[in-house]
Amino acid sequence: MNRGTLSEELGRARAGQRKTVNALMLGLCVVMTLLAVAPLLWILIYVIHKGGSEITWTFFTNLPTPVGIPGGGIVNALVGSAETVGLGLVVSAPVAVLAAFYAASHPDSGLGLALRFATDVLSGVPSIVMGIFAYTLIVLPMRRFSAFSGGIVLGFIMLPTIIRTTEEMLRLVPNSLREGSLALGAAEWRTSLSVLLPAAANGVLTGVMLAIARAAGEAAPMLFTAFGNPFFSTALNQPIATLPLTIYSYAISPYSDWKAKAWGAALVLIMLVLVLNAAARGLVWWRARRLGGQLR
Amino acid sequence: MNRESAPETAHRPPSEGKTLFRAWRHGDLVSDILVRLSSIGVVVLVGSIGYELWTHSAESRLAFGLRFLVTAQWDPALKQVFGALPFIQGTLVTSLVALVIALPMGLGTAIFLAEMAPAWLRQPVGFLVEMLAAVPSVVYGVWGLFAFIPSFVFPLALGLRDSLGFLPVFAGPVFGPSRLAASLVLAIMILPTIAAVSRDVFSAIPQAQREAALALGATHWEMISQVLVPYGLSGFLGAAVLALGRALGETMAVTMVIGNTLDLSPSLLHPGYTMASLIANEFTEATGNLYLSALIEIGLVLFFITLILNFLARLLVWRVSRRAAGEVRV
Repeated sequence: MNRGTLSEELGRARAGQRKTVNALMLGLCVVMTLLAVAPLLWILIYVIHKGGSEITWTFFTNLPTPVGIPGGGIVNALVGSAETVGLGLVVSAPVAVLAAFYAASHPDSGLGLALRFATDVLSGVPSIVMGIFAYTLIVLPMRRFSAFSGGIVLGFIMLPTIIRTTEEMLRLVPNSLREGSLALGAAEWRTSLSVLLPAAANGVLTGVMLAIARAAGEAAPMLFTAFGNPFFSTALNQPIATLPLTIYSYAISPYSDWKAKAWGAALVLIMLVLVLNAAARGLVWWRARRLGGQLR
Repeated sequence: MNRESAPETAHRPPSEGKTLFRAWRHGDLVSDILVRLSSIGVVVLVGSIGYELWTHSAESRLAFGLRFLVTAQWDPALKQVFGALPFIQGTLVTSLVALVIALPMGLGTAIFLAEMAPAWLRQPVGFLVEMLAAVPSVVYGVWGLFAFIPSFVFPLALGLRDSLGFLPVFAGPVFGPSRLAASLVLAIMILPTIAAVSRDVFSAIPQAQREAALALGATHWEMISQVLVPYGLSGFLGAAVLALGRALGETMAVTMVIGNTLDLSPSLLHPGYTMASLIANEFTEATGNLYLSALIEIGLVLFFITLILNFLARLLVWRVSRRAAGEVRV
C-alpha cells in the first residue's frame, strides 16, 4: 500500500516531465516544418520581386541584346525550350506509355523486374551524367552541339516520370472494367486501347505534365548538348538556347542588366514549373477520388 | 521466363469467335511485341549509359587506373595528370553535411505531415513541400548566389568562424560562395525527398502499432519515437540514402554557389569543387582526348555511386512496406 502511493507520487512527477518532453518535441516538429517551407516562400517572393519588373511584352518577343542596350528579350530561349522539350516528349511518351502497360500487367516477370529496376535507375541517374551519355551518343558522332541532342536527353529524363505515373494509374483501374471488356469479347489489345488507356488517360497526362516541368528546368545536361545560342534558331542540327541555360549564363555574367534578365527568365521558368506541378497534382487528386483509390 | 501469366490466358477470348469490336487477328501479337520492345528499350537504355561511359573513359582508365580516385592533382594544362580526389572529397563533404542538416528537418516535417497535422492542413503543407522539390536547380542557384549567400550564409559563416574558428572545419577566411553555401542549398533541395519518403513510411506502419503504444499510456511523442521510428527505421534510412544520391549528382545549384576552386583544406567556409560542378564547368572546354575521357570517368564514378545508392535505398524502403503489409511485429 505504502509502495503504491510512493510510485504514484513518482509517476505523477514523471508524467509531468513526459508531458513537457512531448510538447517540446512535437513543437519542434512544427518548427521544422515551418523551416522546411520557408525557403520556398523566400525564393518565390524574391524571384517575383526581382524579376517582376522585367516582365514586359517585349521580354517575350525580343531577342537578347548586347550588354547596355535595353529592350532585350528571351524569345529565342522560349522557342528553344519549347522545341527541345517537345522533341523529348514526342520521343519518350509513346515508349513510356507502352512500357507502363507492360509494367502494370507483368509486374513479376523477369522483364517486368528489369524494367522496374531500370526505371528506378533512370530516375536516380544525375542529369549531368545523362548529358555526358547524350554527348557520347549523339554529339560526338554528329560533331556538333545540337537542339536534337538536347531534345533526346530531355526525353531520357522524362521517361521514368511518365512510366511511373501511368503505371500507377493503370493499377488503379478496377479489374472489373477490364474483365467486362474481355467478357464482351474484345481482344486484349482492344481492351487496352479502348478501356484501359482512356481510364488511365489522366495518369498519362499527369506524368506528361510532371515530366515537362522537370525537363523544362534542366540546365546541366543541356550544357553540352543544346549548348545555348544567343541568336534565334529552330534548326535541329544547330545549337539552341533554352530557358535554364539563358538563366545560368546571364546569372553568372558580371553585368547588372544581364543579371536582371536572369531574374526575369527565372520568374517565367518557376511559374511555368509550379503551375504544371499544381495542375498535375490536381488531376491526380481528382482522379484518385473518382476511382476511390489512394495515390501518392 | 514464362511469357504469359495464367489468368490472362484464361481471359483471352477465342480469336475466331464473335467479337464486339472488329477483330484484328494479329492485334494481340502486335501490341504484345510493341509493349515488350518498349520495355526492353528502357532496360537497354540504362545498360548503354554504363557502356558508353565505360568505353569513352577508356583512355583515362588505362592511363591512371585506380590511382585516378586517390590522386589530388588535376592538371589539364601542362602535365596532363588527372586525379579526382579533390572533387570526390568536395562531393562527399557537401552531400554529407547537407544530409546531416536535412535529415532531422525532413523527419520532423514527415512527422508533422503524417502524425500531427489535422486533415485539412495535410494537403496544403504537403503540396508546399512537394513544390520545393519542383523548383528547378538553376533557380536555386540564382537565388542562392544573390539572396541566400549574402543575407544568410555569409553572416552565418562569419559567426561560425568567430565562435568555432579553432576547429579546422570552420577555420580560415570567409568566402561568399563556399562548401557551406553548397551544403545548405543542397539540404534545402533534398529535404522534400526525405520528407516525402518518410511520410510514406509512416503511413505504411499499421495503425495497431499506434493504438497499442497509446493504450500502454505512451504520450504522442513516445509513441512516435519509441514505436514508429524503430518500426520504420530501415525506411527512414532508405529515405536518407535516396536523398544522398540526389545530393551527390546535383549540378547547377552547386556549381553556382560553391565557388569552383581546387581546395583540399577541410574548412567548410572555403570554396570547393564537386564532381558534378567540375563536369559542368570544364566539359565543353576540355581540349584533348585524355582530358575529356578523365571528365567522362568522373561521370562514370558518379553513375556507379548513384546506381549503388538507389539500389540500397529501394531495398531499405521495400523492407518496411513488406513487413507492414504482413503481420504486426511483436
